[in-house]
Amino acid sequence: MKVVIFSTCVVDLEFPNVGIAMTEVLERFGCDCYLPKDQICCGQPTFNSGYAKGTQRAFRNQIDALLSVDADYIVGPAGSCVAMIREFPEFMKDDPQYADKAREVAAKTFEFSQFLWRVLGVENAGAELDGRATYHRSCHMTRLLGESESPYALLAHVKGLEMIPLENAHDCCGFGGTFSAKEPEISRQMVDAKVGHIVDTGAEILISCDPGCLMNIGGRFNRLGKPIKIMHIAEVLNSNVDESRISYLKQMPV
Amino acid sequence: MGIQTSDKPLLERVKESEQDKFMQASVAKSQDAQHIKREDSRALLGNWEQWRELGEQIRQRALKYLPDYLEQFSDNVEKNGGDVFFAATEEEAVDYIQKVVKETGAKRIVKSKSMVTTEIDLDKRLLAMNQGLQLMETDLAEFILQEDDWAEPTHIVFPALSKNRDQVREIFMKLGYEGDNDPMHLARFARKYLREYFLKSDLGITGCNFAVADNGMINLVTNEGNADLTMAIPKTQIVVMGMERIVPTMNDAEILDNMLCRSAVGQKLTSYVTFEKGQVAGETDGPEHFHVVIVDNNRSRALGSEFQSILQCIRCGACMNVCPVYRHIGGHGYGSIYPGPLGAVLSPILGGYQAFQELPYASSLCGACTEVCPVKIPLHKLLIEHRRIITDQRHMQHGLNNLMMEAIGIGTGFPWLFRTAVRFGHLGLKPLASKGEVHAENFIKPEGSVKGGPGLVGGWADVRDLPLPPKNKDSFRQWFAKHKENQPKPGDQKANQ
Ligand code: SF4
Repeated sequence: MKVVIFSTCVVDLEFPNVGIAMTEVLERFGCDCYLPKDQICCGQPTFNSGYAKGTQRAFRNQIDALLSVDADYIVGPAGSCVAMIREFPEFMKDDPQYADKAREVAAKTFEFSQFLWRVLGVENAGAELDGRATYHRSCHMTRLLGESESPYALLAHVKGLEMIPLENAHDCCGFGGTFSAKEPEISRQMVDAKVGHIVDTGAEILISCDPGCLMNIGGRFNRLGKPIKIMHIAEVLNSNVDESRISYLKQMPV
Repeated sequence: MGIQTSDKPLLERVKESEQDKFMQASVAKSQDAQHIKREDSRALLGNWEQWRELGEQIRQRALKYLPDYLEQFSDNVEKNGGDVFFAATEEEAVDYIQKVVKETGAKRIVKSKSMVTTEIDLDKRLLAMNQGLQLMETDLAEFILQEDDWAEPTHIVFPALSKNRDQVREIFMKLGYEGDNDPMHLARFARKYLREYFLKSDLGITGCNFAVADNGMINLVTNEGNADLTMAIPKTQIVVMGMERIVPTMNDAEILDNMLCRSAVGQKLTSYVTFEKGQVAGETDGPEHFHVVIVDNNRSRALGSEFQSILQCIRCGACMNVCPVYRHIGGHGYGSIYPGPLGAVLSPILGGYQAFQELPYASSLCGACTEVCPVKIPLHKLLIEHRRIITDQRHMQHGLNNLMMEAIGIGTGFPWLFRTAVRFGHLGLKPLASKGEVHAENFIKPEGSVKGGPGLVGGWADVRDLPLPPKNKDSFRQWFAKHKENQPKPGDQKANQ
């Protein structure tokens, strides 16, 4: 199965480990991975700031890049960016050159954990990680992409990992893309509330499917001098893998 | 009061809100309590998503044929013996109401809760125009705010959310209260105080939750019953409604009442859900004179525009009850009588961008509002729409440097530029980075992190550390290229072994 890796600008700029872990996990499950070099970004930073016209070029570039390899699927390590790609058909519906391509890209793009669980039917990825962890659900992954099950389902099978539920998990961490930099006084209060709830769980590890949120929460933990280990779900699922532990779902999720 | 409650900049209001620890605690407590009550009451109804679709359809239909429904409604009010006045502006609305006050020679007005009368600043204007006039807000929370020298409301359903029981006690002591700060004792005092007032009132002013087109009736939803007394006792009643409050039929009103109560207060129904149309022949209660004032006040700006869906709003307040920004900055943070996500969308439409251009940016676009809205208003998308108009069309400066965003736009549109950024990100940010202890393991690197800088970097680094980007040789793209080179290719000697 051919898979195009939609690396996302955040991973390209800040999180090489996430891209590496994701590629290794996908290859373990038989995916032949490609990384089109012209891809950049889903366009969210400028589009959500109101620069609709200025973002058209980014949309078109991203669509062309992701379709430059004739792959079965496109997989990205960020729920928020994938949710954005899924909205491309709406944004490009009046663009005769790109409307069809936008639909094609949206139809085959999945968030990493979603792809493993819903498309490949992975139940246990074979990973082992000793520790107490909590999971931060990102707003865009849950509400816009509509995926709230796959990460929990996969993390439940990681050997040695104790998952502790996070209080007020539904509240935004205050990232919000450029919001975090444009409204720091509001964003700080939001991330502090999130940090407080994470500290209350007593977890040593914070896991998420969205590097943007991890950057926000992790950066605040560091500023406050509070200890935490930041892990993207791909890194967790790539930890101490024993392939004999791998199992598949008996019934595919609906 | 008008829509705008403060002309201070957003940042200043945000800082003031942060000082108000009581407000922040009570908003958080109320949001968490409402979360449970709302979700439970919706679950009890079942099929919530389908109900939302129905609610959306009813509201969309009402807006699509708004002129027709308004005409039908006003014909029916007149058939029932009432008078209807269409007010294009707040001045026209106030002038008409003033005319009724003069004609009836009203001396004591009772009012039940109505956002639109706050919007047109009715109370203060009437008091200023009529020497010796007495006017009383009879909703408990609005009563508290009035007696606190017309303090600004902080929520459309719970206007006095930011007042604690000691503050309420102090306010009531000015009216002769002598008891303790027990909410039950305080409420009992207010009840007696207001009852006496009601009995001597000669004019009642109410809002309107829904106006039923096909029979000309007004639908009011309260928990205190004060709206019912406002309608039952005085001889004259004036209903003030935003022009979008219309629903086609009683059936539609019933469906929306059900959704409103669950969304607003987590109840199946509130204690009082009333339909009325003035005095019915042969009965003694209800007003002899019944006026309906239908207010536009810039609502028609939204009609037919990309913002039409905001007029679907049924004022349940659920979007503020889930909003993580509202949680911290509270109602005062928005500087509008319509706060929260609803307010951030509606205030610039009703009050203009000049006054409210900062509000669409006071959101992380988390989508909690869109998810909770009972009539499916895409609130977070409308916020982006405002941002688009502010930047693309109006070229307003709004703190976030336009040049910087344009630079990002260019950077995300040209692959070679982005690859250059990946290549030089480490070197570019290195001058801003400083070494420090690593607390966020597997994230912040020992070689240092960015703790300050210009523009957006500064906004980010005021609050959080930014890891220094990896050196180009350590980037994911470089790793992947090498990884692929080392992979056996189909047809390779190695692959065939
Ligand atoms: S926008 Fe939706 S959630 Fe907010 S007050 Fe209006 S109806 Fe309620």
